[in-house]
Amino acid sequence: MKFLSRFYIAIIFLLLYAPILVVILFSFNESGSLSSFTGFSTYWYSDLFRNDEALTALKNSLILAISSSLLATVLGTFAAFSISRAKNKYYKKIMESVSNIPMMNPDIVTGVSMMLLFVGVAQLLSAGSYLGFWTMLIAHTTFNLPYVILSVLPKFRQMDKSLTEAALDLGCTPVQTFFRVELPYISPGIVSGLMMSFTLSLDDFVISHFVSSPDFKTLPLYIYTQTAHEVKFSMYALCTLLIFAILVLLIAVNVAGSMGEHRARKKAGNQMRGGN
Amino acid sequence: MKKRSWFERIAAAPYVAWSAMFIIGPLLFVLFFALTDADGSFTPDNILSLPSYSHTFGISLGFSLIATVVCLLIGYPLAYCMSRMSERARSVLTILLMLPMWISLLIRTYSLMALLDNGGLVNSLLVGIGLPKITFIGTEGAVILGMIYDFLPYMVLPIYTSMTKLDRRYLEAASDLGCNSLQTLFKVVLPLTMPGVISGVTMVFVPSISTFYISQKLGGGVFDLLGDTIERQFQLADTYYIGAAISLVMMILILISLAVMNKFSDGGEDIIV
Repeated sequence: MKFLSRFYIAIIFLLLYAPILVVILFSFNESGSLSSFTGFSTYWYSDLFRNDEALTALKNSLILAISSSLLATVLGTFAAFSISRAKNKYYKKIMESVSNIPMMNPDIVTGVSMMLLFVGVAQLLSAGSYLGFWTMLIAHTTFNLPYVILSVLPKFRQMDKSLTEAALDLGCTPVQTFFRVELPYISPGIVSGLMMSFTLSLDDFVISHFVSSPDFKTLPLYIYTQTAHEVKFSMYALCTLLIFAILVLLIAVNVAGSMGEHRARKKAGNQMRGGN
Repeated sequence: MKKRSWFERIAAAPYVAWSAMFIIGPLLFVLFFALTDADGSFTPDNILSLPSYSHTFGISLGFSLIATVVCLLIGYPLAYCMSRMSERARSVLTILLMLPMWISLLIRTYSLMALLDNGGLVNSLLVGIGLPKITFIGTEGAVILGMIYDFLPYMVLPIYTSMTKLDRRYLEAASDLGCNSLQTLFKVVLPLTMPGVISGVTMVFVPSISTFYISQKLGGGVFDLLGDTIERQFQLADTYYIGAAISLVMMILILISLAVMNKFSDGGEDIIV
């Protein structure tokens, strides 16, 4: 039974990784062939960096991901604060349902509806070119918001209300209480919401596809146009680089996370010993 | 507590304005475009023309249902097996499961295409062992395989999460009370992991039924799924209206099926990636 279950896990993961491994392997293939590996070469990597379109796309992706995740985190944190403190049941329910809409809808519907909004508004204002960085920023912030709220709201709910009350009783203004007491308490939620938004924004293709213009292309949009018609080996090189970047990031986050946990456990242990 | 209520209210104002403009607003525009023509006057024609797309609706629904069922059949046992491994093995397997989720869908679809291409590795292996070549690209199988391959981790992860949350004592109690392992699986494990199954099914079905990149790449442009049809309508300004109508119907169908599925699970709130 144990052997069977290990075998099953191995088979499925092998199948899951086979295509990715093939891409990594063939990005180093000397000849532009997918069927046989003729020799090791980094030609496709230098080919990739020969035109700076890929680098521009990477830069655009980073600018967009940083700005939209920051904006979504600020908006979402204040929204979560207000939702968690609201007394009105219906207000809470409506706020939560509305914030879930972009998460429940398929990406293509979100993208299309955003595009129709921009088209409709441009028609009303009879403006010409309207798609570009700003429409991308609006769209990315919008689809990031539910994830920020989802990671911050539970922290607000877990928080002991008496902490807030104590701060207010001791003479903090409401704004001071928010920044000095509540914000530090919920900061783990903010960080995870920020990170999630950042990666979602970097990764998004479908929504961007509808609200972008050729002047502002992100990395996924660049990959899409490059892979539209033919097999391009420089794209294999780009994919390989991205896969390794993700791998390094995941390992770093994991190591940092387990180190933090270790430290927290140690600290808790020390405190307990001190208490005894 | 009363003196801070102004701050609590005003804190949400930017978000309320934002969601009215950019969440509710776009949906109203979908409704508006679906019900008007190029002159901006009301017409039911866009909605009435939808029956001519019934074939598209049919194959999209069929493909994504098959993909979802296969993902569930592969993914549930996988999550079960994974949850029974040692803690060390589990943490490695979780990373391995999550890594593909972080790799762009475009990259993964493109790499699957590289493998299945006519001049790809699978075919050269087939030729190598003396078998004839198989054309994968442009078949139903390839498109469904693409959906399964791309979205399988999204099925496994929520099921696996609810498996690890499962209290071992329930299983012990079931076997003490005379269940054999198969009965335990169907009477205890399956009902308790149902929220995970519901999230998994949602997370595979919704992207499958709305995809267009997978069918463009692996379907070789032969299949017109809902996503392809919508995507094509939005390339030309004068077909936005039909595209909006199809999007509207798809959105309503998905919301209905989500509501139905959530009815079946009591605690299906945690649809977290």
